[in-house]
Amino acid sequence: MDLSIFGYQFMQNAVLSVFLGGIACGVVGVFVVLMHMPFIGVTMSHAAFAGAMLGLLAGFDPLLGAFGACFIAAAIIGPLADRGELGPDTSVGIIFSLMLGLAFLFMGLMPGTKSGALEILWGSVLTNTRGDVMLLGVVAAVVVGLVIVFYKEFQATVFHRDMALAVGIPATAIFYGILFLTGATVTASLRPIGGLLVFSLILNPAAAAYQLTYSMKRMFLLSAGFGVLSGWIGLLMSYLLNIPSGATIVITSSAIFGIATAISPKKKVKHWQKQAPLEVRQ
Amino acid sequence: MKGGLVSQVMINIENAVVSYREDVALRGVSLKVSSGEFVGIVGPNGAGKTTLLTIINGLGKLLSGRVVVLGEHFTSNNGHSLRKKVGYVAQVQNIDPRMPVSVREVVMMGRYGLLGPLRRPSQHDWEIVDEVIEMVDMTALARRPIGHLSGGEQQRVAIARCLAQEPQIFLLDEPTASLDWRAKTDVLELVKLIHDSRKLTTLVVTHDLSALPLACDRVVLMKEGYIWRQGPPEDVLTDERLSELYDMPLAAVRARRGEAVLV
Repeated sequence: MDLSIFGYQFMQNAVLSVFLGGIACGVVGVFVVLMHMPFIGVTMSHAAFAGAMLGLLAGFDPLLGAFGACFIAAAIIGPLADRGELGPDTSVGIIFSLMLGLAFLFMGLMPGTKSGALEILWGSVLTNTRGDVMLLGVVAAVVVGLVIVFYKEFQATVFHRDMALAVGIPATAIFYGILFLTGATVTASLRPIGGLLVFSLILNPAAAAYQLTYSMKRMFLLSAGFGVLSGWIGLLMSYLLNIPSGATIVITSSAIFGIATAISPKKKVKHWQKQAPLEVRQ
Repeated sequence: MKGGLVSQVMINIENAVVSYREDVALRGVSLKVSSGEFVGIVGPNGAGKTTLLTIINGLGKLLSGRVVVLGEHFTSNNGHSLRKKVGYVAQVQNIDPRMPVSVREVVMMGRYGLLGPLRRPSQHDWEIVDEVIEMVDMTALARRPIGHLSGGEQQRVAIARCLAQEPQIFLLDEPTASLDWRAKTDVLELVKLIHDSRKLTTLVVTHDLSALPLACDRVVLMKEGYIWRQGPPEDVLTDERLSELYDMPLAAVRARRGEAVLV
């Protein structure tokens, strides 16, 4: 196997991008999985995509547009999910479809070839610049740094928001912080992973880690590890088989989830739950 | 000041009105609770009992009226700091059995507000946590994932978490709902024991009379967002009053109360 390609700058950028993106997505994914909000996460990634399309159409940096759109989506989704006037799934679903509609509208209005748009949709890790890597590095550092510094606040909020509020933790602010971190991670991952696929890299490694541990700290570590592993194995497969890297990264993360589920020690929980009524009858 | 401490007002609610959209949950409720008092709040579903607790810990929003807790008004600035002194045990909720949090960690969360941001739990904090876990008789299960526990055990953990917070006011919302008779009795005895040994001011909300600790100093009967009657349990919890409160024939109330202890 000829791996000399890893000596080139563009490949080094790619390796570094998926390393940093894997960590950021893996950490944010723990929040998404434990707070049961995959739908909110997927809406954020579509908002980022719509914002990037607007950037391309209007001629400003697509990542700026993506970040702005994430920010606005989080500011709308947070209160909608909280107030529950329509039920959180319905209201988030409406924002989701609106974002998708806007993204396609902006794409449709674009003159000429839509290669820039498709690149953001599918991702193209091999064309990453040092600037893209730097952005991912900053986002990954901020995400990891905040989780370390405010671990106990995040832990309590993720476990139970109302309880966290009742013991005097500003759980609402922490929840909004989580939404914004998700948005920032999605934005920074747009170019390497792609708008359509980034969400799988947020959900799959965390869902895999969830199957394997009863410790939240270990879940963060495993999830970030699985994110990086998905990126690196995916990148290698993409190179060896000459297929798009975004797809191989996401398929790898799904495979890791499949393996984690198969070997999960938590299956015993289901077994234990089935046993419980029998014990009561005795 | 010596004598003053005994009758110190811990909670003073004046004419509180709370509304959720079109529904009015509290319609001008006034209540004073003194230091060391044990108050039972009884009433049918939708009477405003839980809302009354939420305005005491500042999570419920007042439309009008005033709430003074431990001598302070809840404002947008002091909510988090005041809540640290008010322990709140919510109704039993389903916890995901896969949740990666242990019993000890849940109890430690009670101290998170006290610790404040940027401070990690010290050895001393863990000692307090282990002490309260022992007090609720959960030491054997301390390292188990919280989601693996039964409803009664989770309720004990919630009480321990509340104690770890070292509150001055202890609020319990339906602490015995969905528990079997044995667990119900155990939890009630535990609440009373804690109230006495820690000299707390305690409010217990319930719609279930068999769950009402016999040793309440005062019982507050709520109906349709009002405080309908209040007084010592023997005066307030008469069959006639309950018949009116729950809108049930007197004979039915008598029959139900006869079997209440076995529910």
